[in-house]
Amino acid sequence: MTIEELEQIAKSVQQENAKYDYELNVCMDLACASQGADKLKDALVRAVEQSGKKVLVRRTGCMGPCSHGPLVRVDPEDTLYSKANAAHAEKIVAQLGSEPVAGLQCDLNEHFDSQVRVVLENAGHIDPEKIDDYISRDGYKALLLVLTEMTPNGVIHRITESGLRGRGGGGYPTGLKWGTVAKSHGDLKYVVCNGDEGDPGAFMDRSVMEGDPHRVIEGMAIAAYAVGASKGFIYVRAEYPVAVSRLTTAIREARRRGLLGNNICNTPFSFDVEIRLGAGAFVCGEETALIASIEGRRGTPKPRPPYPAMSGLWGKPTLINNVETYANIAPIVRNGGKWFFNMGSERSKGTKVFALTGKIANTGLVEVPMGIKLREIIERIGGGVPKGHTFKAVQTGGPSGGCIPAEMLDVGVSYDALLKMGSIMGSGGMIVMDDTSCMVNVAKFFIEFCMTESCGKCIPCRAGTAQMHTLLTRICSGTGTMDDLELLEQLCSTVKEASLCGLGQTAPNPVLSTLKYFRHEYIDHILNKRCPAGVCNMESQVEVMA
Amino acid sequence: MSAYTPPLLPSDDKRWKIVNGTMRKNGFARHALIETLHTVQSSFGYLDDDAIRFVAQSLRVPLSQAYGVVTFYHYFSLKPPGKHTVTVCAGTACYIKGADKLIAAAEKKLGIAQGQTTKDGNVSLMVARCVGACSRAPVALCDGEVVGEMSREQMIEQLERWTVE
Repeated sequence: MTIEELEQIAKSVQQENAKYDYELNVCMDLACASQGADKLKDALVRAVEQSGKKVLVRRTGCMGPCSHGPLVRVDPEDTLYSKANAAHAEKIVAQLGSEPVAGLQCDLNEHFDSQVRVVLENAGHIDPEKIDDYISRDGYKALLLVLTEMTPNGVIHRITESGLRGRGGGGYPTGLKWGTVAKSHGDLKYVVCNGDEGDPGAFMDRSVMEGDPHRVIEGMAIAAYAVGASKGFIYVRAEYPVAVSRLTTAIREARRRGLLGNNICNTPFSFDVEIRLGAGAFVCGEETALIASIEGRRGTPKPRPPYPAMSGLWGKPTLINNVETYANIAPIVRNGGKWFFNMGSERSKGTKVFALTGKIANTGLVEVPMGIKLREIIERIGGGVPKGHTFKAVQTGGPSGGCIPAEMLDVGVSYDALLKMGSIMGSGGMIVMDDTSCMVNVAKFFIEFCMTESCGKCIPCRAGTAQMHTLLTRICSGTGTMDDLELLEQLCSTVKEASLCGLGQTAPNPVLSTLKYFRHEYIDHILNKRCPAGVCNMESQVEVMA
Repeated sequence: MSAYTPPLLPSDDKRWKIVNGTMRKNGFARHALIETLHTVQSSFGYLDDDAIRFVAQSLRVPLSQAYGVVTFYHYFSLKPPGKHTVTVCAGTACYIKGADKLIAAAEKKLGIAQGQTTKDGNVSLMVARCVGACSRAPVALCDGEVVGEMSREQMIEQLERWTVE
């Protein structure tokens, strides 16, 4: 494969697409698929056949606004139909070239206007199972550019220059990490993609792996070239069967095209990727635990140093990045580090994909430039809290993050700002809560999660989260005391400071942030035996109900 | 390649060949333990003692390690699933939208707790950490099929449909 051959493929796809007058892009991501997108697509294909019109019906990955699904976009008009089903198919096809179908068109300009699509640039535009579709949108161009024109150091320099930070949550500078692995000695090195999206309430990585799998593979291959690795692993949750199947297809196709394997594009560079399945353990998102899991062992973390960059998978230098981090690599290589650096805020560059869910009008995937105000995401892009309820908090960072109250909504989203507010960026879950959510119960929910997911290796996390859960259960049932609250706060600092890995160190965050911003709710539960949101079953009420 | 002769298959059940295939593909390497257990579970529906023993022996992994791995990961099950399985997602978005009420309704209807199977082996009630369909919360998987924005009534209807069969 050469650049010329790649361009030839792109050209032939474009010529093929030019034969059609219209494109019907059908979103087949999980949310749309669960509402009959499959049948809709089949019905569209049939309707097109009967009409005799030249229309390309294409399956695509997530288009974003899931709550409006199933979604169909008509191109080149760029008309978006929402809540479409098989019964609408004939009408949709019949109206091609004239007025859009009345009542089906949705106006989501507000939702899309403030978004910037880098990671999701192909989502909704390509068939994820067709490598040629990806190639036609500049796919694998960056890999070939890197292999033929850049030195490994040049690549690392470009990534460093871009200011990209790890999208898995911690925000470690990606270029720095790559540089460390590149400098580590060893004839065998590995690159690993962390696709163990364990944060409940987040599905960005699933959508990227399912909707644009080649982008992840290309990013990994570029990383492998930069750090000197020849073997890669993608660690995916077993709960994501579609992602596994799409990645499997993508790897096979990439091998077939000579974009993975030995002597890629007739250069000395060889690289191949294997998929490893997770088995449902949140702690495996922690890099040393993830390594243990790939090695076929229980996913328990190890103290760092040594960092995986020095001694990782089977003791070899290993680069571990998150799905979204790899998905950012190809565009950075193509467009230059400066292009990326110019997006975002002072210390958080580029864009971030968020899974916007909970009590909000437009749920789904959004990609926004770093630095955008939370208010803009929630009110403008998300359409605000629906009918009759008021916004209470937005939760970011999952079980390691915190709840941000209404008065902080004008803060711009960045790694540092979120940390300062007592939350974290996390992988990108963003769950909106309204007045029907009890913040003490929310804290209990997350501590219960961490308690169950604690691997048990270190005491502060194993016993600490269990004790915190007991105290929160007492408070939530109206039997807690002010002493319990004090003890809870003490435990928070112990668990935070003394735990071995990120799971334990961040487990108290949901408690600490709710205590900081919603302390009155805790007090109400303890002193007045009252749950302001009416969520918790107070003991006295339990008796009445029984 | 050293000549390693793996143990004989436990029975002539064809599914063991699939399991063996996964191990052979990985050169009977120890790190294939989790991959192999996945194959066992997808072929047999769960992991029983014979299966764990066979895999451990074939990959030359101590039984303690194999059992440790099986019980460490939530995805692996030591009990056979019911004829039907309803898995309620308990991720954050689903929790905020009332997944606990769905679980409670199913528990009451089936007379079992989460993680259990009805005595007649008809329905298993499971709880998942997050299935990644958060935008349609609350979500349940009914025999693998995603049902979004599920109401208590829908849950009960679904369970009744399975009981009638």
